[in-house]
Amino acid sequence: MDTPVLELKNVSKTFPGVKALDGVGLQLFPGQVTALIGENGAGKSTLVKVLTGIYTPDGGEIRVGDTVVEFHAATDAVKSGISAIHQEAVMFDELSVTENIFINNQDRNWLGMLDWPLMRKRARQLLEYLDVPVDPQTPLKNLSVAHKHMVSFASAISHNSNIVIMDEPTASLSHQEINDLYKLVRRLKEEGKAILFISHKFDEIFEICDRYTVFRDGQLVGSGMIGAVTQNDLVAMMVGRTVEQVYPKTDAEIGPIVMTVQGLSHPTEFNDISFDLRKGEILGFYGLVGAGRSEVMQALFGLTKTNAGSMTLQNKPYAPANTSQAISSGLVYVPEDRQHQGAILSLPIFQNITLPRLGGLSRHGFIDMACEYDVARHYAQSLNLKAASLSENVENLSGGNQQKVVIGKWLATNPNVIVVDEPTKGIDIGSKAAVHQFMGDLVAQGLSVIMVSSELPEIMGMSDRIIVMHEGRIAARFDRDTASAEAIVTAATGAA
Amino acid sequence: MNRQTLQQTAPHTTQHQTGNQRFLPDNLNGAWRNRLLRWETLLLVFVALAFFANTQLSPYFLDPWSLSDATFNFTEKAIIALPMALLIIARDIDLSVASTIALSSVAMGAANSAGIDPAGMVAIGAGVGLLAGLFNGYIITRFDIPAIVVTIGTMSLYRGIAYIVLGDGVYRDYPQGFAFFGQGYVYGVISFEFTLFLLLAVIFAVILHKTIFGRRVFAIGNNPTAALFSGINVKRHRMVLFTLVGLFSGIAAILLTSRIGSTRPSIAMGWELEVITMVVLGGVSIMGGAGSIAGVFIAVFLMGLVTFGMGLLNVPGIVMSIFTGILLIAVIGTPIIWRRVVQAQKMRSKMRGG
Ligand SMILES: Nc1ncnc2c1ncn2[C@@H]1O[C@H](COP(=O)(O)OP(=O)(O)OP(=O)(O)O)[C@@H](O)[C@H]1O
Ligand SMILES: [Mg+2]
Repeated sequence: MDTPVLELKNVSKTFPGVKALDGVGLQLFPGQVTALIGENGAGKSTLVKVLTGIYTPDGGEIRVGDTVVEFHAATDAVKSGISAIHQEAVMFDELSVTENIFINNQDRNWLGMLDWPLMRKRARQLLEYLDVPVDPQTPLKNLSVAHKHMVSFASAISHNSNIVIMDEPTASLSHQEINDLYKLVRRLKEEGKAILFISHKFDEIFEICDRYTVFRDGQLVGSGMIGAVTQNDLVAMMVGRTVEQVYPKTDAEIGPIVMTVQGLSHPTEFNDISFDLRKGEILGFYGLVGAGRSEVMQALFGLTKTNAGSMTLQNKPYAPANTSQAISSGLVYVPEDRQHQGAILSLPIFQNITLPRLGGLSRHGFIDMACEYDVARHYAQSLNLKAASLSENVENLSGGNQQKVVIGKWLATNPNVIVVDEPTKGIDIGSKAAVHQFMGDLVAQGLSVIMVSSELPEIMGMSDRIIVMHEGRIAARFDRDTASAEAIVTAATGAA
Repeated sequence: MNRQTLQQTAPHTTQHQTGNQRFLPDNLNGAWRNRLLRWETLLLVFVALAFFANTQLSPYFLDPWSLSDATFNFTEKAIIALPMALLIIARDIDLSVASTIALSSVAMGAANSAGIDPAGMVAIGAGVGLLAGLFNGYIITRFDIPAIVVTIGTMSLYRGIAYIVLGDGVYRDYPQGFAFFGQGYVYGVISFEFTLFLLLAVIFAVILHKTIFGRRVFAIGNNPTAALFSGINVKRHRMVLFTLVGLFSGIAAILLTSRIGSTRPSIAMGWELEVITMVVLGGVSIMGGAGSIAGVFIAVFLMGLVTFGMGLLNVPGIVMSIFTGILLIAVIGTPIIWRRVVQAQKMRSKMRGG
């Protein structure tokens, strides 16, 4: 059998109130992809940060090849041949693609000065290698979300490291970009690199991984070859019980129309969007990343100005000038980008959850703190949030738990229409079922849900009707019974 | 809202988690609160030291009247520091406050010359301040220009208007009825100014820490985008904050004009930096998002005691402003440097240990 290129033994890391890693081990082999799985907060990202020198472990041993290493800074890890795509990639919107790719390993010329021509050339090669049609000179902010991801991949492989770590790289990608990523992973594999692949999606784990390692609550609970286990085995290891991954689409009674949208248009982002939404309905929006779905939803929420079209909500004309008007009309939007738009990372969990509904928790403008904690605890617990306390800052939570805070925050406003943008991005399988169940409960109570998702099974499993967008226009509409995966994907790629 | 409505409005807990619910305490044995109070505690120690030093410098310092006199040289600035704290927490800043005082004081002087009574003068003084703040807020939010740029502009603009109106002249002869605001006493040695400051400090502490408005100020300061997505009308809140700062600059102008009994266009020159120093010394993050009124309150006294002590030592004014400058840099820089030192220390001990 191969010898591992990277081996961890007995590694621990403690934060105040949380043992994020509790004596875990891990082995990575050349030319193989190892899946690291576990519930939200199991310690996966913490492990990545230990391996990349961002956190120093409290104890344990890291061995690269035959040598024991200690990382004190991100550059140490890169020198040992480890590079990573982080779950919350730090990217600089104002800088160019090239500058972002080489943000922490600039090339220098013989004078010791930054060698921009060389870096631009390498950036062009990397982008070509990854099949990304963007100019290395463009500022990052002009890129779509998918292309931004590709830039972070480019940055990770620019080091030419032997060990590549990917922390939920596909969380916000749609099938096309995911396939591109698979291609990249396979190529890296052929080149003999060892890959650690973190994901909550079992289909991709079984598609591209060779081995698995499972964490639960900071401890190693199992590892081995993927071929030797089933999905149910893995889930049982992860959560310590079985979870049914059926989409719990409850048959809510579909009532009268609550919202209509007529010919909604934006100068550049979308054109002639018309649909209506009924009480108790889940309306799914599918499309490739960049199809304009989020922009349409932000227009519904009063964030994006439109130049044509009209809307009604509850039979009244609806033209929100800002977000607070949208919320008081009973429409809320759960944004996709939790780090910037969804959560306020540097504030405590309870303040995040209650922020949009403070009006209902106060008397004459004074906040009722006891009530505030009650509400926050209610939503935190029903989403099974993992945190040391309600006063913990959101930035200290794992990615999936941050997402739960964002969802809890919007559920707490008791809306009539709730627009969710990639609601289960980065959420583990058990909590995903809980979020879906929650959506089922909401429509059963007479709410209406618009769900933007890039996950086909989620769209098909949860929606009553499906609208597919392509390049800012509606490309196709399906009913639940007539929708087929092929037809949806074809429409999304514009081939229909 | 009571428990029952909470249950009704919240969708029921899903089956999946029952029996598996995590207990989430409100906070970890008050750690949160402790962390918040640490800076304030340190400030209190400094206040005690400064107080002790002053008693050593002058045998008359502990005399009630002399203590009362000592409050006059910081109260007006302190009154502006309160709304300024909110503004800085919301990631904005206003450098035009001292010029607003000049503008407002000139307006009151002109009103006095035109024969308007003290009540009218007070209304004009406060009103001019309010309008100056509103103008700042409008330009900043309407055209999306950084606050620092706009208020540097209006700092010259407002002061410039005062110079145009008054030239190198001076308004004097304020009526008897106007003297109370800056010279009157409410009870014994307790001045009207000082009482007003204490009252306002309580009110601002409640606004910042107990109301929706205060919570939203923190939200905006921590992440304006997420605040916007949370349904907060960010622009309107910023407008309100600038207007508040303007209004209280106007009120400070009333107190100051009344106290010194005259208006020159150079009145309150350089005060903006002292006000901002008080706020930052009080632990308000210059990057926004964090701070407390308690901290600012203590910092005000610290600044007051130190300047008073330097006055006793006959330190010239220019040295005092050098001191203020150094203090400002030290207060902003220390936490940053401290963090680096701690990190380096950790690193070194690890290298030795491992
Ligand atoms: N800087 C920090 N301070 C305090 N606690 C932290 C910090 N970083 C992580 N934690 C805690 O450590 C635990 C593990 O978090 P981690 O991010 O590794 O989870 P994860 O397995 O990556 O989860 P996810 O699937 O949600 O991304 C969590 O309980 C989290 O709250
Ligand atoms: Mg993670």
